[in-house]
Amino acid sequence: MFEFLARVFGRETTASKNVAKERLRLVLVHDRAGVSPQLMETLKNELIKVISNYLEIDEKALEVTLETNEDQVALVASIPVRGMKRVSRELVSGI
Amino acid sequence: MSEIIVVTSGKGGVGKTTTTANLGTGLASFGHKVVLVDADIGLRNLDVVMGLENRIVYDITDVTEGHCRLRQALIKDKRYEGLFLLPAAQTKDKTAVSPDQMKKLCADLAQEFEYVLIDCPAGIEQGFRNAIAGAQKAIVVTTPEVAAVRDADRVIGLLEAAELRNPALIINRIRPKMVRHGDMMGIEDIIDILAVDLLGVVPEDEQVVISTNRGEAVVCDERSRSGQAYRNIVRRIKGEAVPMMNLDDSGIFSRLRRIIGLR
Ligand SMILES: Nc1ncnc2c1ncn2[C@@H]1O[C@H](COP(=O)(O)OP(=O)(O)O)[C@@H](O)[C@H]1O
Ligand SMILES: [Mg+2]
Repeated sequence: MFEFLARVFGRETTASKNVAKERLRLVLVHDRAGVSPQLMETLKNELIKVISNYLEIDEKALEVTLETNEDQVALVASIPVRGMKRVSRELVSGI
Repeated sequence: MSEIIVVTSGKGGVGKTTTTANLGTGLASFGHKVVLVDADIGLRNLDVVMGLENRIVYDITDVTEGHCRLRQALIKDKRYEGLFLLPAAQTKDKTAVSPDQMKKLCADLAQEFEYVLIDCPAGIEQGFRNAIAGAQKAIVVTTPEVAAVRDADRVIGLLEAAELRNPALIINRIRPKMVRHGDMMGIEDIIDILAVDLLGVVPEDEQVVISTNRGEAVVCDERSRSGQAYRNIVRRIKGEAVPMMNLDDSGIFSRLRRIIGLR
């Protein structure tokens, strides 16, 4: 009933085309990432570069993936930290 | 100067063959020399859509294998002087023609015709790669459905990887009433997601089925909405700036409004 009223009054939230568009958007994030694995690889290497300025990390165990929840895609990175770099304070204060 | 254009989609059944037939017929109706190449080998279709199925003697593989000359395999259209079809082979599979053979074939056809339109098979495998091998431009056909748009996105990526940049999009089978009610993705939604140039929009229209039953192209039907849409696309291909057609026109309210002179 609410859905019916929402439609009558032009509320867009329940419109099936919005559901379609949202599903499409999510699935294309994965499709596009999957089609170019080199993109994910480049992203990973750049991440390593940036994070290594601050932290000592285990590069080999680093994992970067895209994960989908209900309605959003998240970039999930698991980055084992070996230690903290001493220079990090200087970097921060140097900004 | 000739143009070699492949019509592709990824997903099957979205209207590649219908589009190829109508754009080819439309271009020929403006007096251009046009050849349609059915690259859907093993699933020959374009001949029946064009109503030329009874005239086939040779097919595309007879040409590539040297059983006949290119001229002999071309079938002349019933209506237009300058329109020809090169039929697909029906008994061979998708590997019967190689990308190199396809390139040569397209180049040979471009010597004689102003427009070479290639009807691509569904999928992204060998048949797709063959069909796009000789093309200079690509038209991607989709429908307003999640699966079709997803496949279109994949195909656009593959086309760009094959140096066929900036493919033009045709959105087929749109139902203005459903779009208005929020129950079908509209033009903006799809363009927003695919980020490509829009070449045209063709409404869902019974007249397409009726014309296809007769082996005629709906583009010749002066009164049909889909025919009008195809004629607009043809003019855009020729380089004219034709505004997108107002699809909402067919609704009862806008018709009433027009009748009582509000528009
Ligand atoms: N705009 C349209 N309105 C109604 N039916 C259509 C429209 N476009 C295509 N069709 C129908 O959809 C079916 C599939 O079209 P076809 O051109 O054979 O697709 P494809 O070549 O992509 O597989 C055909 O039966 C065709 O008549
Ligand atoms: Mg087809």
